[in-house]
Amino acid sequence: MKSLADLIKLREEAQKKVDVRETNKDYRVVVGMATCGIAAGARPVLNKLVEEVSANDYSCTVTQTGCIGLCVYEPIVEVFDKDGGKTTYVHVNPEKAKEILESHIKEGKILEKYTIDAVK
Amino acid sequence: MQDLAMYILEILMNSIHANSKLIKLLISFITKDDEVKIIIEDNGKGMDEERLKTVVSPFSTSRTTRKIGLGVAFLKSLCESCEGDLVIESRVGVGTKTVATYRLSNIDTPPLGDIGEMMMFAIQANEAIDYEFDFIKDNYHFSFNTKEIREQLGGINLDNPDILLWIKDYINQEIRREDL
Repeated sequence: MKSLADLIKLREEAQKKVDVRETNKDYRVVVGMATCGIAAGARPVLNKLVEEVSANDYSCTVTQTGCIGLCVYEPIVEVFDKDGGKTTYVHVNPEKAKEILESHIKEGKILEKYTIDAVK
Repeated sequence: MQDLAMYILEILMNSIHANSKLIKLLISFITKDDEVKIIIEDNGKGMDEERLKTVVSPFSTSRTTRKIGLGVAFLKSLCESCEGDLVIESRVGVGTKTVATYRLSNIDTPPLGDIGEMMMFAIQANEAIDYEFDFIKDNYHFSFNTKEIREQLGGINLDNPDILLWIKDYINQEIRREDL
């Protein structure tokens, strides 16, 4: 059972995490959540990303954006690094999303096979 | 659109992109009135009369007002196919209120869908926006207010992944109770 009292515990845990690592995250993971993205299956992808980042405490933020203009490649996940570099992953599903986090965010290795360059 | 949560998320996204600070959402199922009612009210930038006219029409919206797109048209189509109605009131600088009603017993009513996930996505889209969400099913009333959540959380943001997941699970737990 979830209750409002859980929030106090969550707050303490969140504060601990902030103390351990500076708030500057290494990566920004962005999901296209316009109608096209949602229709293609972006909802379970975003859900999976939030769950995995929460469970593994990856050094990234997960955010949303509108239509990227590549609707045919949705669901799209873009990964921005600290230097402004961008990697665009296309046709992402929850399983691929997990792999992307494990490879790109955890180990810093771009998962070439899921990028837009691999399908174009 | 597979479920009601997806329809509502589309409208919430419109409110989010209209620079709202507070979004009020009511979802109510009243058996004795045979009515489903959904109200989405924001204090965003609003629309003028000209724009309001095009918003309700499904064929002119997507081209003239990109920010609105198909969300309103989809919801209107749902209401009309379920013996209901969609009414939008809006004033520039004040906000927009969308009221959707349809018949609870109509065979074409969509399933509820994942309302917790819907709220999680809306909150994550812009953490700064507050929500007052009310869910009514006959005599049962559940209220969710992000201002109260923020008080409990101190300075922790609502878009913290752990908090987002808690919000999703908490809302779903409260609106999917077996005694409803």
